[in-house]
Amino acid sequence: MDLHFGDSKPTDEERAAIDALLGPAESSWEGAARDEMRASDLRWARGGRAARERRDLLLPGLHAVNDRIGWISEGALDYLCRRLTVPPAEAYGVATFYAMFSVKPRPATVLHVCTDLACAAAGASELCAGVEARLGLGSGVAVERSPCLGLCERAPAALAVRAGDPVRTAVSAPATVERAVLAASAPDSAPEEPSAALAVPQAGDPALMLLGRVGVVDPASLDDYRAHGGYTALRQAFAIGPAGVIREVTDAGLVGRGGAAFPTGRKWQATASQPGHPHYLVCNADESEPGTFKDRVVMEGDPYSLVEAMTIAGYAVGAHKGYLYLRGEYPRALARMEHAIGQARARGLLGDDVLGQGYAFDIEIRRGAGAYICGEETALFNSIEGYRGEPRSKPPFPVEKGLFGRPTAENNVETLVNVLPILTIGAPAYAAIGTGSSTGPKLFCVSGSVERPGIYELPFGATLGELLELAGVRDRLRAVLLGGAAGGFVRPDELDIPLTFEGTREAGTTLGSGVVLAFDDTVPLPRLLLRIAEFFRDESCGQCVPCRVGTVRQEEALHRIVGRTGADAAADITLLREVGRAMKDASICGLGQTAWNAVESAIDRLGAYE
Amino acid sequence: MTVTPLGIPRRLLEFTLDGEPVRAPEGATILDACRSAGKDIPTLCQGDTLAPKNACRVCVVEVEGARTLVPACSRTAEAGMQVRTDTERARHSRKIVLELLASSVDLSTTPEVAGWLKEYEAKPDRFGPDAARLNEEPKVDNDLYVRDYDKCILCYKCVDACGDQWQNTFAISVVGRGFDARIAVEHDAPLTDSACVYCGNCIEVCPTGALSFKSEFDMRAAGTWDESAQTETTTVCAYCGVGCNLTLHVQDNEIVKVTSPHDNPVTHGNLCIKGRFGYQHVQNRD
Ligand SMILES: Cc1cc2nc3c(=O)[nH]c(=O)nc-3n(C[C@H](O)[C@H](O)[C@H](O)COP(=O)(O)O)c2cc1C
Ligand code: SF4
Ligand code: SF4
Ligand code: SF4
Ligand code: FES
Ligand code: FES
Repeated sequence: MDLHFGDSKPTDEERAAIDALLGPAESSWEGAARDEMRASDLRWARGGRAARERRDLLLPGLHAVNDRIGWISEGALDYLCRRLTVPPAEAYGVATFYAMFSVKPRPATVLHVCTDLACAAAGASELCAGVEARLGLGSGVAVERSPCLGLCERAPAALAVRAGDPVRTAVSAPATVERAVLAASAPDSAPEEPSAALAVPQAGDPALMLLGRVGVVDPASLDDYRAHGGYTALRQAFAIGPAGVIREVTDAGLVGRGGAAFPTGRKWQATASQPGHPHYLVCNADESEPGTFKDRVVMEGDPYSLVEAMTIAGYAVGAHKGYLYLRGEYPRALARMEHAIGQARARGLLGDDVLGQGYAFDIEIRRGAGAYICGEETALFNSIEGYRGEPRSKPPFPVEKGLFGRPTAENNVETLVNVLPILTIGAPAYAAIGTGSSTGPKLFCVSGSVERPGIYELPFGATLGELLELAGVRDRLRAVLLGGAAGGFVRPDELDIPLTFEGTREAGTTLGSGVVLAFDDTVPLPRLLLRIAEFFRDESCGQCVPCRVGTVRQEEALHRIVGRTGADAAADITLLREVGRAMKDASICGLGQTAWNAVESAIDRLGAYE
Repeated sequence: MTVTPLGIPRRLLEFTLDGEPVRAPEGATILDACRSAGKDIPTLCQGDTLAPKNACRVCVVEVEGARTLVPACSRTAEAGMQVRTDTERARHSRKIVLELLASSVDLSTTPEVAGWLKEYEAKPDRFGPDAARLNEEPKVDNDLYVRDYDKCILCYKCVDACGDQWQNTFAISVVGRGFDARIAVEHDAPLTDSACVYCGNCIEVCPTGALSFKSEFDMRAAGTWDESAQTETTTVCAYCGVGCNLTLHVQDNEIVKVTSPHDNPVTHGNLCIKGRFGYQHVQNRD
């Protein structure tokens, strides 16, 4: 490579932030001061391949600077590039890809105020306006309108992030102007967030299989986890061996819970049987689908279950390293998972010799930085590797060429934790739950116009109406968004849809990631649709034309018809349909392919503009 | 043809293209097969010297059994595949993609696109006068070449040519996201403050004229650019021993730009700054 660096220098603080991650620079070739001629400057041979292999530290490096300073200056970026032998233009392309980073100076404190669906229905626009009025110029706080923060059960939500050493965060949800301003101005003294169990209205119910420990165990205590059945599944896994685990998972009929509904056993089998090595396991905890917050609740309330499940999955697919890609907007889930992984490592449940069984496995956490697209599996690989989070075209598929070009199994958090009951109760008992092709328990993220929003665990096959009944559906229900922004709307007279993969498919909609967002008739539908379009326009990675430009043209058309109906809207609806069809057919990835689904369903099923 | 190293002879596989059986060497793309069968499909981000990014999506075709359309430029042909290139579905997507592009960027210097717009009956105006456009001012910050990103379709060719596919200089990258994504150097600085070595290989591959010689840019602005009055002469670069082939584009007895033949097995259209831009001495007639 022919690298060229400018002459901007990092400040001492920026350098310290990067050195804290990478260790001090050893030679002036990688940015150490040229105060004296160091012996290492004369014989410097790292560079080349050895240095490029550290490229995946680019995203953590950007986080290190952004966390400490609040934004990423030219000097800091150049220094990071020298340390990692990354071309500055590419690093700049990466830094500008993520919403949580800024390459322009901004205040050390940023208040992210959610403007997405559940929050919009709970008064996010008044909250934003109020917060902006209080925290204007000179307040030392930058207010940023944010997509869903994954706190929908407590909408409206705000997240304050104050740069420094260490970085401080505070969540305010449900937020009032008062409380959000307080969180931003004094994140250290903001009240502690309510326990994760509060997001689980059924907490304490002994019948729960996935959420059974949430609110029951101390999420910080490995002993408590073990006292509540923790690590029996891993012992069982070692007893039956990797092939046995894959057989159980296959026989249990486990299907991925991340949205694409792919059979997990098949994915694991395909990864395990690849000749290339090493194999990797990736847990997708990016969870940025508006309306989805189940993975957060599992990680906050029962973090060891994910550590154990990842260990089992790694064992089954022949991986010795697992990456947990955790969305950047989840400070508490991050802290809980970091703690749990550290404890497990200290107790020999991760590391060179897990449980004394001669199997080596460890987990590394990678934080996302605000990009919904990084939940797409191949975009996630690029993100970890230090490239822009742009999806790759498939084939080749991840099981063959995934992370770092190696065979990789990528699974959602909820999918993985399902493996624990499969191994403890056995495949037949697990497969008996739910329906023939949708087996086991399922988590649903219920929010919007209901009395008790939160995560519900039900066996597959319960109807939408039964779920809403549990959550306390309010009168005058106007519509339910199933499956999140990439899903579809259904009408209040369709509540007998069975919540299964096949049942929703038959009803012409999708289960997606398990979102159930209820809207009563006070919510202005056209504005909601506009918000969905805006979301996809903002989150398109920009790689392919149908999505990059199509999402913009759709948003424009929806703006034009906000107050119109019937013949006045007809021409724009035709245009929406034609563009939507091409987006579905010709986009590279699932984002562009599904961006039009919700709006289309609102037009077809709800008669949104009639 | 996509450049594939000439190795051991490849096995032929058989599949159907618009109902006709065709044979293609293993590893060939659907586009390769189409072109050998004398069918053409529009392409923009595909380039004869680069592995395509398959980002533009104008080359999409229908493959039996696939949920979505597939890009012909990148999908390798498989035995038994049934490919349809000219279905209503594929044509619809191509038409929309052309409309989306033509409504957001300036395609006036993109060869062939006018013909495709007509062929697919694309009407870019239907998105209305307020449809968002790139609206970029040309970046004229050096004497050698101009970056007019108002014409950029984000095909990634320049990034790949500057990066790991040819030049290994990595001076440019895609920055930002979504509709705001642009090609830029680090910190969005002027080209003169960047890692650019002015090989001009990015200009060579740019399909839209977003990157152009300063000479061409100035002549277009002055209304004196006239391709029909130009001659092209391919010769050997006289600077160094590599011996790259240069194609001199001459108008009114002046060299107006220099390109390089892509089918040259040594250089594949790539040059260095001297061969690409160092032609003024030839015209020094004092
Ligand atoms: C735009 C986009 C965003 C996605 N976001 C997520 C996500 O946040 N979490 C997730 O688990 N899967 C997400 N997915 C699905 C993943 O690509 C992948 O299918 C999934 O993680 C596989 O895990 P599973 O088999 O356990 O479901 C997303 C897909 C797309 C296209
Ligand atoms: S569909 Fe959208 S998000 Fe996916 S690759 Fe294309 S531009 Fe990127
Ligand atoms: S400048 Fe040209 S080559 Fe580069 S991305 Fe834009 S259109 Fe493609
Ligand atoms: S173009 Fe450059 S490398 Fe090629 S022959 Fe001329 S001077 Fe040498
Ligand atoms: S947190 Fe606001 S919509 Fe999810
Ligand atoms: S030419 Fe195939 S996608 Fe661009």
